[in-house]
Amino acid sequence: MQSQDYKLILTAQEGAVATITLNRPDKLNALNMALMDEIVAALEGMEADDSVRAVILTGAGTRAFAAGADIGEMAEASVIEMVQRNQFAKWERIRRFSKPLIAAVNGFALGGGNELVMHCDIVVAGETAQFGQPEVNIGVMPGAGGTQRLTRAVGKMLAMEVVLAGRLLTAQEALSFGLVNRVVPVEAVMLEAQRLAKEIASKSPLAVRMAKEAVLRSFDTTIEGGLEFERRNFYLLFASEDKREGMSAFLEKRKPQFKGK
Amino acid sequence: MAYETVIYAVAEGVATLTLNRPDVLNAFNQQLTDEIQDVLKKVERDEAARCLVITGGGRAFSAGEDLKSHAGEEQRSLADSLRNRYNPIIRKLAALNKPVLGAINGVAAGAGFSLALACDLRIASDKASFLQAFVNIGLVPDSGSSFFLPRLVGYAKAAELCMLGEKIGAEEALRLGIVNKLVAHDDLMSATTEWASRLANGPTLALGLIKRALHLGTTGSLDEVLDYEVYGQEIAGHSADYDEGTAAFMAKRKPQFTGK
Repeated sequence: MQSQDYKLILTAQEGAVATITLNRPDKLNALNMALMDEIVAALEGMEADDSVRAVILTGAGTRAFAAGADIGEMAEASVIEMVQRNQFAKWERIRRFSKPLIAAVNGFALGGGNELVMHCDIVVAGETAQFGQPEVNIGVMPGAGGTQRLTRAVGKMLAMEVVLAGRLLTAQEALSFGLVNRVVPVEAVMLEAQRLAKEIASKSPLAVRMAKEAVLRSFDTTIEGGLEFERRNFYLLFASEDKREGMSAFLEKRKPQFKGK
Repeated sequence: MAYETVIYAVAEGVATLTLNRPDVLNAFNQQLTDEIQDVLKKVERDEAARCLVITGGGRAFSAGEDLKSHAGEEQRSLADSLRNRYNPIIRKLAALNKPVLGAINGVAAGAGFSLALACDLRIASDKASFLQAFVNIGLVPDSGSSFFLPRLVGYAKAAELCMLGEKIGAEEALRLGIVNKLVAHDDLMSATTEWASRLANGPTLALGLIKRALHLGTTGSLDEVLDYEVYGQEIAGHSADYDEGTAAFMAKRKPQFTGK
């Protein structure tokens, strides 16, 4: 799929920062299957493109980042159909994305929308953003990692309230519970996301990638295994040109020029 | 939605919400709070509405909750009433990115007082009066009064108003800083229109940011406010009204703000 073929997302790149905008504002950017396909296709393209060092994921408009899955597509689906659709392969692909992924969230991030946010590495929220997993309201439950990632992000008790009672969290609550990194005025969400993305893109992409891997590893390993993984990545970076450049620049009091090698 | 308990109109950038149950002093029944909620959604979305005026029809601003409309109901939940009817109104007014001007034409009691307090600015007629009526029937202030009042008048005065439940007149309200301006009753609408029209012709984006920053100023830390001001200035600095404002300043003429 080429970027000009996208119908439900917009893509853009400025410097080393690429942006994917979910673009179904009249549907509150609900995640239907075609939209998920396009997100994955765009991420795969950006992963392969060395000029991209950070990616911002956002929703068109200020009413929603993504208000959840497209319920119309699931209302009549049987178990077998759901299995055959194998949507979770796409989510798995997003999880495996190796470059930093920054969510810029305005409005609702609900259900699959919140799960998509939690697939990102850093989250900037507008002050009117709301986060939730209200699947119980329609007789199902989170299916794209909500019960696992939310619990790891905010702890068991709050996760239970969000998942069982369908409670929505305000941006400020999400900030205080560690679900988002910062809360800014609605109009400043993209500016702040871009600032962060640029900051990250100015680092060694190799180091950023290995560091991201190591942080994510902490969620599914013992501390011993995690430390071992960290140490290996740490040593590995000593073989890079970027390490030589970074340390020389530091000693020479100049800005480093990283190449990702 | 055809309104029966409010009058809503937008003219020359000014949206005006008139509470319109004059025979019961604009007391809030279910329909009135529903209609206010609906109006606020419209104001939020309507780009032509750059300032909101709230006033009362007849001789009252609002006497607060309509207790009589609940006569005969069993086990009414005051909590649900606040959660579903009043709090969304107060939250929406606070979050609205447009200035809200209260034109207090008569008595503002109970939740009516609270509604007046949730406005950004208040002009009172000399016939206005203010009453924290809650304690007089054994209840506590609601709809934001406990938040706004101590910030406006200080703790001790707020405690006096809320615990003793005595009505104060417009003069006293002016002295306490509850209202910004006091005018003769017959001048209320012209004074209101003058401010409303200035606000409606102002840099709406900046006004919305000013409002949010001031709110944060009453609740947040210096660090939070300083950060917020940075964002605010960055946003406002990209607005068309900033270009117009600086150009007009240089040319020594009046700016023509579009709100964008």
